[in-house]
Amino acid sequence: MRLLLEKRSEHSHTMVYLSPVIAIGLTLVTGAIIFAFDGLNPLEALYVYFLEPLKYLWTFAPDDLWSLEQLAVKAAPLALIGAGLSVSYLANVWNIGAEGQLTAGAIFGSAIPVMFPEWQSPLTLVLMLVFGVLGGMAWASIPAFLKNRFGASEILTSLMLVYVAGLLLDWLVRGPWRDPGGHNFPQTIAFSDWQLLPSFDGTLHIGTLFAVIAAAALTVLMGRSLKGFEIRVLGASPRAGRFAGFSRKGAVWFCFMLSGGLAGLAGISEVMSTVGQLQPSISPGYGFTAIIVAFLGRLNPIGALVAALALAISYLGGEAAQVSLQISDKIAKVFQGILLFYILACDSMILYRPRLIFNRAPAAVPAE
Amino acid sequence: MVTENPEYLLEALHVVKVFGTLRANDDVTLRVKPGEIHAFLGENGAGKSTLVKMIYGALQPTSGEFRWKGKSVNVGNPAAARKLGIGMVFQHFSLFEALTVAENIALAMPGDFDMAKLSEKIARVSKEYGLPLEPTAIVADLSVGERQRIEIVRCLLQEPRLLIMDEPTAVLTPQEADQLFVVLNRLSREGCAVLYISHRLEEVKRICHNATILRHGKVVANVDPTLETAASLARLMVGADIHVVHTVREQSEGAARLKLDNLNLPADGPFVVELKNISLEVKAGEVIAIAGVAGNGQSELFDAISGERPLARDAMISFDGRPSGRLGVNARRNVGAAFVPEERLGHGAVPGFKLSENVVLTRHSSDRSLVKMGMLQSGGATVVSERVIKAFDVRKGKPDPEARALSGGNLQKFVIGRELDRKPGILVVNQPTWGVDAGASATIRQAIIDLSRDGSAVLVISQDLDEIYEVADRIAVISRGQLSETYRANEISLQQIGLLMAGAHEVKEARHAATA
Amino acid sequence: MQDHGELLSIILTIITASTPLLLAAIGELVVERSGVLNLGVEGMMAVGAVCGFGTALIFGPYVGIFAAIAAGVLLSLLFAFLTLSLVSNQVATGLALTLLGLGISGLIGVGYVGQPGAKLAHIYIPLLSDIPWLGPIFFGQDVLVYFSLALTAAVGYVLFRTKLGLVIRAVGDSHQSAHALGYGVIPVRYACVAFGGGCAGLAGGYLSMAYTPQWVENMTAGRGWIALALVVFASWLPKRVAIGAYLFGMVSILGLAVQTKGLGIPSQLLTSLPYIVTIVALVIISGNRALTRANTPACLGQPFVPDR
Repeated sequence: MRLLLEKRSEHSHTMVYLSPVIAIGLTLVTGAIIFAFDGLNPLEALYVYFLEPLKYLWTFAPDDLWSLEQLAVKAAPLALIGAGLSVSYLANVWNIGAEGQLTAGAIFGSAIPVMFPEWQSPLTLVLMLVFGVLGGMAWASIPAFLKNRFGASEILTSLMLVYVAGLLLDWLVRGPWRDPGGHNFPQTIAFSDWQLLPSFDGTLHIGTLFAVIAAAALTVLMGRSLKGFEIRVLGASPRAGRFAGFSRKGAVWFCFMLSGGLAGLAGISEVMSTVGQLQPSISPGYGFTAIIVAFLGRLNPIGALVAALALAISYLGGEAAQVSLQISDKIAKVFQGILLFYILACDSMILYRPRLIFNRAPAAVPAE
Repeated sequence: MVTENPEYLLEALHVVKVFGTLRANDDVTLRVKPGEIHAFLGENGAGKSTLVKMIYGALQPTSGEFRWKGKSVNVGNPAAARKLGIGMVFQHFSLFEALTVAENIALAMPGDFDMAKLSEKIARVSKEYGLPLEPTAIVADLSVGERQRIEIVRCLLQEPRLLIMDEPTAVLTPQEADQLFVVLNRLSREGCAVLYISHRLEEVKRICHNATILRHGKVVANVDPTLETAASLARLMVGADIHVVHTVREQSEGAARLKLDNLNLPADGPFVVELKNISLEVKAGEVIAIAGVAGNGQSELFDAISGERPLARDAMISFDGRPSGRLGVNARRNVGAAFVPEERLGHGAVPGFKLSENVVLTRHSSDRSLVKMGMLQSGGATVVSERVIKAFDVRKGKPDPEARALSGGNLQKFVIGRELDRKPGILVVNQPTWGVDAGASATIRQAIIDLSRDGSAVLVISQDLDEIYEVADRIAVISRGQLSETYRANEISLQQIGLLMAGAHEVKEARHAATA
Repeated sequence: MQDHGELLSIILTIITASTPLLLAAIGELVVERSGVLNLGVEGMMAVGAVCGFGTALIFGPYVGIFAAIAAGVLLSLLFAFLTLSLVSNQVATGLALTLLGLGISGLIGVGYVGQPGAKLAHIYIPLLSDIPWLGPIFFGQDVLVYFSLALTAAVGYVLFRTKLGLVIRAVGDSHQSAHALGYGVIPVRYACVAFGGGCAGLAGGYLSMAYTPQWVENMTAGRGWIALALVVFASWLPKRVAIGAYLFGMVSILGLAVQTKGLGIPSQLLTSLPYIVTIVALVIISGNRALTRANTPACLGQPFVPDR
């Protein structure tokens, strides 16, 4: 028996949208199997893990609203970064260092409250956000420059810079930026309210709006504008892109600045809301999970928004599972990895029609 | 059990091969006698390559039978074919650029190898047949002709009984082709049969003993080519008299619309040809064709003229008198130039994009109806796309398909039509009908000539000498990055072009000496 | 005398720090020579590390070695199935493998955190290992140090002196031509990917059983990515991979050594040295087109679907 792939003459548009659905379904089945191996009731465990965070949708109980808000708050950075990465990956620009750009954004933006803790003005907030974006861009500019100038693989350089950014943050919060009155804890001073993002009701903050705005803007950019056309052409066919007069190097810069800036915005937003100060760890790997978001969302910014919600469930569910099922929340990362595998596998059906061939006649040459 | 002296070496009986919905081979029967040179004729897409790939074991038939020396065989893979004594020289060579000549040959030999012995054998056999090869040379550094020699020697080392050659002369100069024919005749005398795939009728008449003709996957005739005329063979191949392009060759005295003046372009990579001192004027109302063997700087010249690789000085290239050497491709389009590259998919068009999107590819800066304030106007693109489809009779399965879904001929008509629709003052086309069926070729060539007759300057870069004589008013030849003088099409013979293609610039120098 | 002892111990640590890089990189070199880019080295190393560690706790380090290899092979086959049989994007699938591998290793390793591990013993050759300096360096290492060097030599021999190696290089140079000549492109690549997976798993196992015999989440700390960079740095030549691995091992250990001196240099800066050096090395080597182009497998990362 062997697997044969028959090339379709065109993309299957059905499969483009069906593939993530199948992938999520397969992930749930796999999850059930893992839970069963752990001696849990698979259906119950799946419910706790994947459905409980959404309970408000059918109970409308005010107590359940909180987890839905949590979901939005967790999804926001994923959607922001995922949207930027979607554009990059469409252009065949492989920025996988968003986690580092997120960290750099958080550091740059936090420079203002750390250095000028007393400066209170409506501008404080804006400037912090702008610095966050610039920080992400600055960090992303390194792999972009090295790619264009020397041809160094952006995959490896951007990834290496994740570690460097993490160590830079570590040094700052343990060294020069440590809160002098913080009992030697590795963290900066806690930000004051005018340095925090306004929230709607304590949990849901306006950072979630950034994600929605970014998704909408990028959808228009990619679908309707010449710039978006340029990015798509260069990603699909570099030679045709050159023939159209589009610049590959320009696209590398554009993608890194866009995805780096959005990652930086996500980083500073996290620090200005959920975290409230700089500390050695400010993100549960949002920058990496956003890679999955980008693929699950079909490399489409609006898709990334939806996919971000799906992956946010895996984080929330992980926490819930740890509490009520006594299984490690590390299972979240396993589910995320499995999900990406399934998506990529299902995506091959967009361009190919799979066929299983049974007992093919053995190829033989008669002896003379 | 081998039949005594079977009449046929190879028989393909009622072979059918289906790809999806396409019947590439439909009940094909072909018989090759020992020692004969058997032509296998047909248009692009008629199914010749499909059948020989099955003979060579690279594809499996849907139904039908192959017999070798009268015995039914099932050739499961190329190694099995080679074991039987079948060798094949591919149209697109099956070589490994980064490996040496000897390593390339070793890969086709059964079992393990002793590199020293093999190298010695390669040197000996290649010299014996007049196909000299250096075993330690890296393939990437070799010319197309030398690469073909590797393929041939690779087959000869296995002492084949049948040698399959897929369009071997498409990449050779006429003189190199003559050398090849000497080798083939010798093989034939030594008892090795040759299955010779071609659509070049003159050479088939010259060297082949027998010819099987394929049309739309079916065998339409089996004839003795020496008794046929080129025209009768062509009629069998195409199924109708080929629509002959009508050209009026009048003396063109128009202004120079495209001018190359000492154009130089250094190589920007290891396998790129450097362009040296290329000068040329294409006048309004004329078609100039540039002949040459593949890999002599054609694509580099195209990139330089289109602006995909900008030049060092503005003066090196002028459009309608405007020096434009440092302009990008869109700026050149905006002054009225249009370009059609050799590669349709992935260069001239994005495979996964719809035709209407592919219209935007080359016209986004010159066509106001397509882009407004940086935003795409999809309505405008659809209008242009439908106009091109109608004017050039582009056949397609649905209203706005992806480029990759079109056949080669239809996509080429679309890609050329997209440029002609702009009525460009200057048109540069690289290999306008490469791999295109006869009907589409005729349409394209006629459109090119019509454009020039309306006052545009047209530059055609082509390897196909028939095509060149058909469309060109004047002819120049490119060789190793240098361009010969131009000659009036009716004043230069095939032999002279061949010499120039081989790089014999003595012709040019001799002329200079004579005029001095 | 004390200084000498310190220098010797630094050299010995450099050897143990370089070995996992060498193991992972030589495996990936074979994978890339066959035309496949597997970015999942980090993930396979992580799973190799945790499986090796866990098995070693029960059955000892030598069985642990095989568990680590098996884990790496299994994960790599998952990658091979997606990229080779289903023709998925190799970059994306490699990333997925890394994310999944890190996730799995974290989950499996929950119970191992803080446990002392079983350490791979050093082999002391009598008399020879007593030679001052040379003895401990050349005749007193653990078995995988010797194995990694032997493996590098073997890979060099097979790739450039045997038909098997020629076929691997041919498949990486032009899968179309290799297919036309009747070579099984997909099976060859499956085998190479599995080999690379085994090497990466072993490299991870070395970390958790020899370098620092313990389990810490994310203990691979980007070494899989550095191994990938090493292959580029070595321009796909085994000899240079060995040199590169030892250079990187030296840089990371010298950083640690300086740290213990307490010169006031932030420890984070010294820890980040290997990552920064990786970037610098990539820039230097990538800037040199002549060096990289010549050996880069032409089909690296390209999908291949045979026609039937």
